[in-house]
Amino acid sequence: MTEKRNIAIIGAGIAGQEAASVLAGLGYKVTLLEKQERMGGMLNKWSKLFPDFSSSQQILDTVQVSANKNLSVICNADISSITKENGRFELSDNSSLKVYADLVLLATGYNLFDATLKEEYGYGVFENVITSVDFEKVHKSGKKLTTLLGKEPRRVAIIHCVGSRDAKSGNTYCSKVCCITGVKQAIEVTRMWPDCEVFNFYMDLRLYGSKYDSLYLEAQKHHKVQFIRGRLSEISERQDKGLQLKAEDTLQGRPLRMNADIVILLVGMEACEQNADLCRNNTLDLDENRFFKSKNIHYARNISTQPGIFMAGSCICPMSVNETLESSRSAAFLVDKSFRSVQVEE
Amino acid sequence: MENIISIPFLVGMAYLFIVLIFRCIKWIAGLSKFDKIRLLKSITGRRLFQSIKETFMEALLHRKIFRKNPVLGYMHMSLAFGWFLLIVVGHLETMMAEHSMFVPFHKAVFFRYYESSGDFYLSGFFAFFMDLLLLFVLSGLMFAIVKRFRKKLFGLRRTTRLKSGDKIALTSLWLIFPLRLLAESTSAAVYHNGGFLTSGVGFVIDFIGNPAILYYPLWVAYSLSLGFFFAALPNSRYMHIPTEVVFIFMRNAGIRLKKQNDSYTDVQVFSCSRCGICLDKCQLSVAGIDDSQSVYLLKNIRNKNLSDEKLFNCQMCGRCQIDCPVGIETIELRTVQRIESTRDYNSSYDYLIQEIATKADVVYFAGCMTHLTPRVISSMKKIFATVGEGVWFMDEVKAPCCGRPLMLAGQYEAARKLIENNSRMILDSGAHTLVVSCPICYKVFKEDYKLPDVEVVFHAQYIDALIASGRLMVDAIGLRMVYHDPCELGRGMGMYEAPRRLLGRMGEVVHMKDEKEYAYCCGGSLGNIKITEDERKLLRNQALVAYESYSPDVLVTACPKCKKTFAAGRKMKVLDVVEVVAGAILAEKPQKVENPLAEQDVDALAFAPDMTCNL
Amino acid sequence: MSQFDFLKPKSRQIEFEQFDDRILTFVLERERSFLTCISCGGCTATCSAGNLTSFNIRKIGLSLRRGSINDLSDEIQKCMFCGKCTLVCPRDINIRNVVLLIKKRIAQLESEKTL
Repeated sequence: MTEKRNIAIIGAGIAGQEAASVLAGLGYKVTLLEKQERMGGMLNKWSKLFPDFSSSQQILDTVQVSANKNLSVICNADISSITKENGRFELSDNSSLKVYADLVLLATGYNLFDATLKEEYGYGVFENVITSVDFEKVHKSGKKLTTLLGKEPRRVAIIHCVGSRDAKSGNTYCSKVCCITGVKQAIEVTRMWPDCEVFNFYMDLRLYGSKYDSLYLEAQKHHKVQFIRGRLSEISERQDKGLQLKAEDTLQGRPLRMNADIVILLVGMEACEQNADLCRNNTLDLDENRFFKSKNIHYARNISTQPGIFMAGSCICPMSVNETLESSRSAAFLVDKSFRSVQVEE
Repeated sequence: MENIISIPFLVGMAYLFIVLIFRCIKWIAGLSKFDKIRLLKSITGRRLFQSIKETFMEALLHRKIFRKNPVLGYMHMSLAFGWFLLIVVGHLETMMAEHSMFVPFHKAVFFRYYESSGDFYLSGFFAFFMDLLLLFVLSGLMFAIVKRFRKKLFGLRRTTRLKSGDKIALTSLWLIFPLRLLAESTSAAVYHNGGFLTSGVGFVIDFIGNPAILYYPLWVAYSLSLGFFFAALPNSRYMHIPTEVVFIFMRNAGIRLKKQNDSYTDVQVFSCSRCGICLDKCQLSVAGIDDSQSVYLLKNIRNKNLSDEKLFNCQMCGRCQIDCPVGIETIELRTVQRIESTRDYNSSYDYLIQEIATKADVVYFAGCMTHLTPRVISSMKKIFATVGEGVWFMDEVKAPCCGRPLMLAGQYEAARKLIENNSRMILDSGAHTLVVSCPICYKVFKEDYKLPDVEVVFHAQYIDALIASGRLMVDAIGLRMVYHDPCELGRGMGMYEAPRRLLGRMGEVVHMKDEKEYAYCCGGSLGNIKITEDERKLLRNQALVAYESYSPDVLVTACPKCKKTFAAGRKMKVLDVVEVVAGAILAEKPQKVENPLAEQDVDALAFAPDMTCNL
Repeated sequence: MSQFDFLKPKSRQIEFEQFDDRILTFVLERERSFLTCISCGGCTATCSAGNLTSFNIRKIGLSLRRGSINDLSDEIQKCMFCGKCTLVCPRDINIRNVVLLIKKRIAQLESEKTL
């Protein structure tokens, strides 16, 4: 009865680690597979978290797992196939690695939208156009954000919905976390440079979470961040490497041209390209946004369309850190429940 | 009494001739005065022979279809040329039998009905040869019947739908030659005047039934089928047979399509044989659009029921025009219809005011679309800066559109306003060269702008010339490239080599099956105003899948619209030719370098990681 | 004094009960994507004609959806058909077709002398 207790978790980001520690604590044999050299996933790229500016490192440290008798961690394991044979799942990467498990938990996370695809925004062409992730990197390093020539920016524009809610990018869904990230980063810029003007260009502000609106209020009240309702159409570069933005101020109903020293693109979350590979040889399915499809988005969000495979975190849809952690605990609970029901049947 | 059997044939024939003469008079009357003079000159001069030769090669031998599709070509040739020879040789045979230069037409057609002796000079030879020709025609007919039901055997995915006039004509056409075979065979059985085929079939008929009884009804049926065919012809697709001859004569006279419908449009429309080759070439079918292709456009014009939904649902890519065996100008024809359709609502653009031009040797016009591909603009700027060209970037901040998108929508008069405005600006600059980096702009600047003393060059040409003259140095960067021919540049302007030559200086340009005039459309064309974005993606993917199969390092194109369309497909890295160049520029000529320190600098630059070549 | 016209107490209310759908219906029957606009303004920002004039394609579309067709005839003329708007639209609206349809419908209404 105790043999069938092997669980493989793909992805050792915060979702995978959190689920791994819960399940290992319950006495299951967990194998945590990570494609990168180290665990932590995408959160490694972040400096501070919304809405409270707490350190992402703190979260990473809290969820950090270490190998024990119930938990083994394999890094550099880029799982590309899941096959079910004789009631067991066989997971393999492109080399010789093979892992067997009775249950699989997908915690593969997300990819960031490649901002070079939105060529009209000039990422990769104009040096002073950066992404929200580039900004986090600067912030994490403890340095101040400067223009390419090392100067203090007088004006920074933050662009919402880059690669989200955009049919031209192939992503029609909302990435959900960018709006609040934009507000957070606007505040962080003004904290670095109190004299710097910050403008956020948005289509709709979607600040759905607890305490998000108070951050919005704070940005306006204490940091004079301005919000312009209009989608950026294109950026051009002036002779002095400064940037010129074109958008419409839709509330005014007039096209707007603005010079800015730095533009931050809030890049959206995308499903991982490898998701499609993982769907081969089983009945896993992807939804219309290429994330893993849930059996039911209300009561079975963590349950995939393949019996025996569960999901946690932002491989289901874009999620914030707290949602991810809740999602993985919920997944761990369902995994445990699934094992128990099998045992009862037996 | 004996002549009664030829009456259906003669009535049909007479009706056809009257209609044809009436149509020809109408067509010629509908031409402009200059075109009438052109036509008159051409049929009295040397061009006459060319027209006759072309009629023979295309309308009878169907040379172009042969080249494209030998089976389809044989089908058309055996029917057209075989029938033609049957008429000519049959006439000769009758002349021989009658010992007269002048024999009535129907006498020749029903020769074996009238001629019972079979006793004249070379009669044996004629009987054999006529049978051979009949067999030739019948073999073509067999192909035609098979094609109707099994089009895939002909390498065609689809064939055209029929209307009632076509059905009558088609049925009677299919009946003509089998009935002729049977009628002549009964004659052969009764009079023993047949060749190898008719005698043989006659023998069989004799064996099964009584040829003397079948003889008369079969000949009447043959005459009826001919009569029906001729009578139905003017209202069927077979009208293309006589019209194509008129088309060839008019084309060779130098008559061209105007910006409005005239009888030359009509002649082209009626010349369409509805062979369906254009359907096969059209990429819209991958998006499930199956009612707006050229053959349907022509049909709708003919039936006067062309809707905007169909008229504007076309990429205007020109793939259909390349392969049209009749040489119908499908794209220009559609443009004319768009002009007619939108004539009532052209724009005046009264707001255009003359901005002050900047004096420069070279004007650069990036074009509207290029402003959404800033990497193209920054690469152009880098090249201009490297060679030290004095350039005025005309539309850097703002400028009217070039006018080509309006033209594609049929708004010629509106486009002229933009053209006038831009022309004045360019001429005021005093430049000798206008560089454009968008094929859509290039086409209109070349064809519709009047810019005396200003050379309009496409960026690929311009850069290639810079390199050839030694003003710009590029390094071989060893890329394996697939080059996508933009429609407006390739089929639109015939420029296939300049971009390839330029890319060839830096890497390998992979040869492909569908390239140059057969290149795919990227799907993004401004020519199509009705297609949805999702449908565009299906067209794009068709091209991308083909390009992917050559596993290149990069897909290179020379059009901002193609670039954006392909890039959104996310299947491979997409660059404009100028980006490839900008990533391969050598700062200095290596042979000029004298001290070793500077040489190091050059090397460092050459291998400096550049956004555009760092794949 | 014309620059102070806006001070005149003219009502700028949208009279929804006087909804004029003659152009809107015509467009929607032929271009369904027109419904999906979220007024992001990307089209207007990138517009070549909007660069030179007060032309605002987003506002034109919005007015139509609010049943107002006043002054549309002069405004829609300004479009140059370059297609940039269609290329940046995040909702994949076929804006060029919308413009063509509006122009066509206005021409129809004008010929019927009902506009």
